[in-house]
Amino acid sequence: MKLVKNIAIALTAAVGLAGASFAAGAAKHPMQLEWSFEGPFGQFDMQSAQRGWQVYKQVCSNCHSLKYFHFRNLADLGYEEDMIKAWAAEYTVIDGVDDAGDPKERPGLPQDVFPAPFPNPEAAAASNGGAVPPDLSLMSKARHDGPNYIYSLLTGYEDAPADHEMPAGKSYNPYFPGGAISMAPPLAEGVVDYEDGTAATAEQMSKDVVMFLTYVAEPKLVDRHHMGLKVLMFLGILTIVLYLSMKKIWKPIKSGRNVYEDK
Amino acid sequence: MAEWNAAKPKNAVAAWVEERLPILSLVNNVVGVDTPTPRNLNYWWNFGSLAGLMLVVQIISGVVLAMHYTPHTSLAFDSVERIMRDVNYGWLIRYMHANGASFFFIAVYTHIFRGLYYGSYKAPRELLWMLGVVIFLLMMATAFMGYVLPWGQMSFWGATVITNLFSAIPVVGESIVTLLWGGFSVDNPTLNRFFSLHYLLPFVIAGVVILHLWAKKISDSGNPLGIDVKSNADQIPFHPFYTIKDAFGAGVFFFVFAAFIFYMPNVLGHPDNYIPADPMVTPASIVPEWYFLPFYAILRSITFDIGIPFTDIVFIPAKLLGVLAMFASILVWLFLPWLDTSKVRSGKFRPTFRWFFLFLVIDMFVLTVVGGKKPEGIWPLVGLIGTAYYFAYFLVILPLLGKIEKTLPLPESIANPVVKAAE
Repeated sequence: MKLVKNIAIALTAAVGLAGASFAAGAAKHPMQLEWSFEGPFGQFDMQSAQRGWQVYKQVCSNCHSLKYFHFRNLADLGYEEDMIKAWAAEYTVIDGVDDAGDPKERPGLPQDVFPAPFPNPEAAAASNGGAVPPDLSLMSKARHDGPNYIYSLLTGYEDAPADHEMPAGKSYNPYFPGGAISMAPPLAEGVVDYEDGTAATAEQMSKDVVMFLTYVAEPKLVDRHHMGLKVLMFLGILTIVLYLSMKKIWKPIKSGRNVYEDK
Repeated sequence: MAEWNAAKPKNAVAAWVEERLPILSLVNNVVGVDTPTPRNLNYWWNFGSLAGLMLVVQIISGVVLAMHYTPHTSLAFDSVERIMRDVNYGWLIRYMHANGASFFFIAVYTHIFRGLYYGSYKAPRELLWMLGVVIFLLMMATAFMGYVLPWGQMSFWGATVITNLFSAIPVVGESIVTLLWGGFSVDNPTLNRFFSLHYLLPFVIAGVVILHLWAKKISDSGNPLGIDVKSNADQIPFHPFYTIKDAFGAGVFFFVFAAFIFYMPNVLGHPDNYIPADPMVTPASIVPEWYFLPFYAILRSITFDIGIPFTDIVFIPAKLLGVLAMFASILVWLFLPWLDTSKVRSGKFRPTFRWFFLFLVIDMFVLTVVGGKKPEGIWPLVGLIGTAYYFAYFLVILPLLGKIEKTLPLPESIANPVVKAAE
């Protein structure tokens, strides 16, 4: 039966009667913002990323894990080691077993992964009306136009149109495929008290959390941009040198020399 | 035909080696100073060496990736993320390898279409061409299995769709699929065998590349005029003239390649592959990598059965026909040397052929677009027309055109390309 089912799935995909795709196509195109990390010289805005970390820690992390993010990574955002140690120590992690075979707990260390809010997907689904809040580590790369998509989703909640039937417990969001999202609007003005005094509007928090999540998804982005410039400059010069060498070497050929017979 | 010259190295050690194993002669005779090559090769002839370079890039970066990658369904995705985050320059190696696949295909497609235009498949180069087709088939298998390894959503569902195609084969189809999967669905055994084969096949490709180069030596390089070499005046040694020209071409090609690696490493990929594979959730649309899209479009363009009209008798169901069409679209290249009946090799001297060739190139782009669209609205029809033209080009147009086309007069020689037509 499984084989038959698989073939049916494959046929559906191959012949393309993908029913689900229709709903996906109906999602609204994300708002287009300008981000500091775009373009060949793009960098992360550290202030914004730090605020984004605060938003993630205080709001998002209640439901969403960040499984590829370690406390030590916070150093990249400009935090001091003492601060990172203190943050990690706020959490308790399980590290192996003791001599009696019971799980051993200890305070978190910088090398630990940021602890997930739920022990397993089943627990996550049970606490969230059946929907598992996705891990956010790669969200900025795992959606088309990721940064703009996340921003649009976070700020795009509105009342459902009269003809749009909403299942219980869902919210209407035109940027979400299908329109009905299980996540209630997460960011209300002032839900976070920014340490640097920036006014915590929903738009500001959304921008900051996009900055933070894009860093988490692509932590080597700045290194990549810097190295790229050097590599392209090197290849550019090398190519010019090779071109000039080629012209010089080919000169006699272009003027009709017979390499094998002309002396 | 090609002559073999013994190298006479001045260096004592090299001479000692050469006497026992004439490896310097081998290189010299295939891509060196003892390789007489037509003097008129244009930049389209750069893409063979570029494809070879990309094979080397892929093997080296791939071997390093394999040191850090774990082929297990529960660890593969995490190990790739570890490469991206915690392995020194792992992000660079992975982006090189992922984009390298695309640039390998860019080089090879250009190389193939250069051959199609200049008639590089015609006598005496039939085997040279056919070995190239074998390399292309091996590349497709390798690229497909490589895309499965990160175990993202597109990896898993792409593997499911493509392996399931084999179930359309009558009688043995389902057994083949079970063999490919190593079980009854795409799962850990599938990932393991794909990793093993993904590591193996590039070395098979390297072996066939050596045969391809050997055949090139024996039949000599073709050239844009498509006429045979007549005297020494038509030729120049491969080294230094084409080595430096290939090096310059590589500089340009790698500049563009680097721009993708460093500034848009993910534009050629699909965002869904950054979501870990989930057999319970089908992505909204399953799209192959761009380099498979024309053939994917051909596969999907067949939506009708072949049978006796107005009855329920079906000889070939649509799914099987689509699969056959897809494989035939590449296998037909193997017969090309005999399908094209024209005595003139180069498209330069075939005024009508040039138009049909141009349409074929446009057709490939159209099929690429169609392969990436959901088969709704106008697209299935466009795909069907594109597929029909594709096969018509090889099976109808080339055989007939060679018989009826009035070709332009050929030049006297490569060195003296003055058309002798005046007579």
